[in-house]
Amino acid sequence: MQPQVLIEARALSKRFGDLIAVDGIDFEVVQGECFGLLGPNGAGKTSTIRMICCVSPVTSGSLRVLGMDPAHEARTIKARLGVVPQDDNLDSDLSAFENLRAYARYFDIDATTAKQRAAEVLDLMALTDKADAKIDQLSGGMKRRLVVARALMSQPELLVLDEPTTGLDPQARQLFWRKLRQLKRDGMTMLLTTHYMEEAAQLCDRVIIMDESHIIARGTPRDLIADVIGREVVEVHFEEGRHREALAGVRSLANGFEVEETEDVIYIFERDGQHAESLDLRGLEAIGSEVVLRKASLEDVFLRLTGRELIE
Amino acid sequence: MMALTDIDVSYRTLKVWRRNADVFQRLWRAEILWPVIEPLIVILGVGLGLGRFVELESGEDYIVFLTPGVMAAFAMWAAIAEGAWASYNRMAWQKTYDAMIATPVSIDDVITGEITWAASRGVLSTCFLVIITVALTPVWGLVDSPLVVLAIPTAFLLGFMFGSMALLATSLVTSVSQLGYFVSLIVIPMFWVGGVFFPPEELSRGMQIFAWFLPLSHAVNLQRGWVTGDVALSMLVDLIWILIVTAILYRTVLWSMRRRLIK
Repeated sequence: MQPQVLIEARALSKRFGDLIAVDGIDFEVVQGECFGLLGPNGAGKTSTIRMICCVSPVTSGSLRVLGMDPAHEARTIKARLGVVPQDDNLDSDLSAFENLRAYARYFDIDATTAKQRAAEVLDLMALTDKADAKIDQLSGGMKRRLVVARALMSQPELLVLDEPTTGLDPQARQLFWRKLRQLKRDGMTMLLTTHYMEEAAQLCDRVIIMDESHIIARGTPRDLIADVIGREVVEVHFEEGRHREALAGVRSLANGFEVEETEDVIYIFERDGQHAESLDLRGLEAIGSEVVLRKASLEDVFLRLTGRELIE
Repeated sequence: MMALTDIDVSYRTLKVWRRNADVFQRLWRAEILWPVIEPLIVILGVGLGLGRFVELESGEDYIVFLTPGVMAAFAMWAAIAEGAWASYNRMAWQKTYDAMIATPVSIDDVITGEITWAASRGVLSTCFLVIITVALTPVWGLVDSPLVVLAIPTAFLLGFMFGSMALLATSLVTSVSQLGYFVSLIVIPMFWVGGVFFPPEELSRGMQIFAWFLPLSHAVNLQRGWVTGDVALSMLVDLIWILIVTAILYRTVLWSMRRRLIK
């Protein structure tokens, strides 16, 4: 049996006047998976998410969410989505519990059920003892988990998370990921945007990478790493001013490898049939101040495809 | 531009109203004092203090003349304070609107709920003023008719109109300080020449025409009718003008807020 398609985008585009935010992208999200939408800031991730959440009209192309058209069935779609926005748009005038209760009301959930579900989702997100806390008494990580708890109040079929861990410290992020993995195990379908590649690697079954409003790569994190980068990467760090000679040295030793340079690091990537282990590491050490052999990561894929330059 | 009939409002607008009522219930002690004290200061301070130097052609005491105007004006202020600063805060800082439109609540539900809440603040203000002025009537004869109770539903209509106006301003500004332009260029002139402090007959011909178009002038006429019991057919004209202005403002604010939030 084919898995059920929850989101289907075909030649989906979004324009704001002359600015093309999303330019004819195709993808689908199937039931039970965690699907990652990756890309640098301004790539078109949030515009895509906003169209899916029915708060931004589609300019052209087609978009089906839970089998429905956002232009005509926004209320029905929104009733079945759980949305975790980029900003903590919690109601700071209300307590944690009251936030959940007010939100439940928007979904026509009656008071008794709301109370019961609030207890469940607070427990799931490890926030039970914060039920009566005011929003500004919560830490950044707690606020983010409360936003997820809020999104779960309506028992959604699909959870949409827009850069959910931006601004969290590593501990809070780890806990947050653990909670999302738990949801995933329970069968929740998730669509996640992020620019943290570790987050995508930890959580996502499949990802697409967007850049300048297009999709530039897609696949499982593992396949993308293998296809774009290989298994391992060697980094040669060198001192300032030795750029030219370091590069020349690396080129001669890493003949046939893919070499990429930045101001203070040279990266050596594997090509078909080559292995980083076969490189003369001692020779490289003589060139640079530090040489690192490490496993390739999704971050390498991302930087390789979207460029190392700062995009502003 | 949306078609005139394209308004997506459902019963969920009441849930938006309810959210604001819940917050008010939490904070009412802090919020209730000034809206209650300020109109009282105006009625007593201006009505009695300044009133000693004022002789009206109609022969009534100045404080009696002032009472219905203050009722209308403070229903306006209550709705405008809510629809301007409080709503701007919810829209721009707390992102409450964004949170709500991610649910089955539509943007039109949100805005209508916000306006209805602003109108409720107007009602609250007028309720209080009716109680106080009736209580003070044995002393200064402020209220002449039991019809004064009709000032309360009228305040809802006025609050809806001025709330729509304030939310329209909110939908257009990019910072909270810009709301000051709306208040100083539109609300305050209306407050001074809208028939609250002196009868419009005292104005020059040109200003009288200008004042006629101000929605507050008609709001004052309606409240004056209920407070004095002098119900005239001209109040129907006042009501119709208020309904026309309300319909235009309400339709425009829905369009403007959609433009701002559903991009």
